[in-house]
Amino acid sequence: MAFFFAQFLTGLANASSLFLVASGLSLIFGVTRIVNFAHGSFYMLGAFIGITLMQILPGAIGFWGAILLTGLAVGLIGAVVEMLVLRPIYRAPELFQLVATFGVILVIQDLALMTWGAEDRLGPRAPGLRGVWRIFGEPVPKYDIVIIAITPFILFALWYLIARTRAGILVRAATQDREMVGALGVNQAWLFTGVFALGSALAGWGGALQLPKGGADLLMDFNIIGAVFVVVVIGGMGSLPGAFIATVLISVLNVFGVTYLPQSTLVLMFVVMAVVLIIRPYGLLGREEVAGEHGQVGAPDMPIRPYGPVGQALVAALLLVLALLPVFADQFMLILMIDMIVFALFAASLHFILGTGGLVSFGHAAFFGGGAYAAALLVFHTDTPMELAFLFAPLAAGLLALAIGWFCIRLTGVYFAMLTLAFSQLVWSLAYQWRAVTRGDDGLVNIWPSDWLGETASYYYFTLILGVGGILFLRHVIHAPFGYALRAGRDSPRQAEAMGINVKRIQFAAFALAGAMAGLAGGIFVFSKGSVFPTELEIAASFDALIVVFLGGVKTLAGGVVGAGFMTVVEDWLTRLEYWRLLLGLVIIAVVIIAPEGIVGSIRTFWNRIRGSEEEAAK
Amino acid sequence: MLSVEGIHSYYGKAHILGGLSFEVRRGEVVALLGRNGAGKSTTMKSVMQLVRPRTGSVMFQGEDLVGKPAFRVAQAGIGYVPEDRRIFTDLTVTENLEVGRQPHRDGAPEWSVEQLFDIFPNLAERRGNRGKHMSGGEQQMLTIARTLMGNPLLLLLDEPSEGIAPVIVEEMASTIMRLKAEGLTVMISEQNLHFARAVADRAIIIEGGEKKFDGSFAELEAHPEIRDAYLSV
Ligand SMILES: Nc1ncnc2c1ncn2[C@@H]1O[C@H](COP(=O)(O)OP(=O)(O)O)[C@@H](O)[C@H]1O
Ligand SMILES: [Mg+2]
Repeated sequence: MAFFFAQFLTGLANASSLFLVASGLSLIFGVTRIVNFAHGSFYMLGAFIGITLMQILPGAIGFWGAILLTGLAVGLIGAVVEMLVLRPIYRAPELFQLVATFGVILVIQDLALMTWGAEDRLGPRAPGLRGVWRIFGEPVPKYDIVIIAITPFILFALWYLIARTRAGILVRAATQDREMVGALGVNQAWLFTGVFALGSALAGWGGALQLPKGGADLLMDFNIIGAVFVVVVIGGMGSLPGAFIATVLISVLNVFGVTYLPQSTLVLMFVVMAVVLIIRPYGLLGREEVAGEHGQVGAPDMPIRPYGPVGQALVAALLLVLALLPVFADQFMLILMIDMIVFALFAASLHFILGTGGLVSFGHAAFFGGGAYAAALLVFHTDTPMELAFLFAPLAAGLLALAIGWFCIRLTGVYFAMLTLAFSQLVWSLAYQWRAVTRGDDGLVNIWPSDWLGETASYYYFTLILGVGGILFLRHVIHAPFGYALRAGRDSPRQAEAMGINVKRIQFAAFALAGAMAGLAGGIFVFSKGSVFPTELEIAASFDALIVVFLGGVKTLAGGVVGAGFMTVVEDWLTRLEYWRLLLGLVIIAVVIIAPEGIVGSIRTFWNRIRGSEEEAAK
Repeated sequence: MLSVEGIHSYYGKAHILGGLSFEVRRGEVVALLGRNGAGKSTTMKSVMQLVRPRTGSVMFQGEDLVGKPAFRVAQAGIGYVPEDRRIFTDLTVTENLEVGRQPHRDGAPEWSVEQLFDIFPNLAERRGNRGKHMSGGEQQMLTIARTLMGNPLLLLLDEPSEGIAPVIVEEMASTIMRLKAEGLTVMISEQNLHFARAVADRAIIIEGGEKKFDGSFAELEAHPEIRDAYLSV
């Protein structure tokens, strides 16, 4: 019993820091409707700035003063980010905002690397709070007890701010109807900046407060974001009490999980989330989202139509060059091309569900990696012939997409995105923690193709045929009645329903198809590399695909493909630089703000303008 | 006080207002009449810049509002009560009023929470209640009170009589008369001619986003064919 209680206290102590971070994210989302992926970066900044300040300021007063100052500093950084990056794009579709916050992650990562170096830092102990106190005979770290004692005060301060001050009233009103708040004379720009600064400050405090229990490293940003999203989704996005309940639930479960089911700590969290969402799709205390309340992917400005003769000739010429490539290209070039085609197919499958289906999935890597793992597991454990195992990749990924889609399709917009992300994290944590089957981060190795595909050139043709075939197939589906129905469901769901289209079922099928195609790409990938690791399932992998689709252009079919080509080349070139993340992040942010149509979209607009003026001149 | 000149407003590609012009003078109550879908709400949103007119001007006290953000329009002294009310249902009555609070401005009647509770006694009784537990009439009172907290010079009321009980409609009429007596300028949109005639000094009739009539109720009475053509009575 005493042991249980001690465990429970540890859970509560962990909850404190997580709650601070999660409440910040929830607050920001509630008011601005922006899902701030960079939130984990503010947590990380909090940890690093905290350590630095603690080194400067001595003693107990210095320690707690440093924590206080850290929050203020991170809040200030948040305000700057909001003004520079987010202000210009509040009216842009969700995807653009997400991509922009992803750019912020990259920039902060490299700035942190420049400032604090690559080594992990151990957090300083809190002065006067080393060691343990005995509670019912069980040792509990003193710092844990102090945190538990402080938490109610933090909660009270937050509650007071939100419930009792004019600022808090405005924040709650804006969470419900920000346009009306504006029509009543409140300048939302400052309200948004203020909320973003507060949310960032909370993340910074979370990062500083956990220092004596952990430390600071450059992976913290991604490591926390999964848990934070789960908490916010379980609690209901935008609800602080919900975030609190969910944090305690998750943290306590986690502590007991570590003791009794050490293999399942990561998975456990997502299982809880899935259960909650089946019962309450908008989380414990969340509010149902009114459809069309804020921008989706954005209606296409012109209908997608098949290419004219010039376009078709270009595509044919490109295919011809690709087919003849092994004649003049070297080994290295072919491998790069295989990577590019795999990535292009993966991106095209995401583009299909995102651009045509209007469903912004954040967890698409689950299907790419899922397909790769399905094939690799068969080969690794049962020595299945490559041909058969390969077929299994799209099949398993398609089935996985059916399962995940069953949960997710009922939701729309941000909720859909968060849920797909959470499920992909579930798949990732399975691959990472179920070592008996997946070998964890040692990965599955020696997954080579059959002899007839052993040569790089022959595997290149294999990739080319399946990759290009897959992309053309997706293109065909988009121009088939199924694709029209899918687009109708995206642009005006109500009218589509009225026309007799079962929008949800069409979306469900499209989601499964997109998953299967991503799995196909994963299958090609695993046999080209000969191995697969959990990194293929990470959030970062899903984001890479999102960024590629976005850079290429959401509204154009070629977007995913062009983006993938561009990205493969640019990454190959950029990663030779030391601070390539910083550059890439800045490029992404610049594209979001300056050329939101992406590469293909911008070229097309430019082309149309030239042609338009020629036509006018001819008249 | 308010002078709207040739505004064209769109929802996406749908052309809703086709060059609408009208004026509202200080101290008067003007009724904007027209059938469902005539463009009354769009007109009010175009004044508030919740819908941005693509061309034309909205002059208020010598300042062109077109292109300004809605909060600037409110700060310039125009109070807006939307037809779907949009009260903050998670907030209490007092908190709803707090959201609307703006500093006093010259030439406008000044309102305090206590004065508003005096005008709307129902709200006083429910001051601690959340918006979602209120009747339609009470919600309507709350939106008006909330907007008055901004001490506006001009009040835009979008179909205040819609969907509330007849007794409350009468109460609403006397409330509007009282606001006028306090020196507030009011523009209300209405389909209910009877109600409009009871409170307004002048009528503007629109149909298909264009002005069809602008004059006194006596003139309107003299031309029943206008009424029959543009209003469903
Ligand atoms: N949000 C909107 N999107 C597209 N069309 C709209 C929207 N709101 C109103 N409309 C159309 O604009 C026209 C005028 O509407 P509205 O201004 O609401 O009229 P009224 O208030 O006089 O009933 C109607 O034809 C209506 O269908
Ligand atoms: Mg209307």
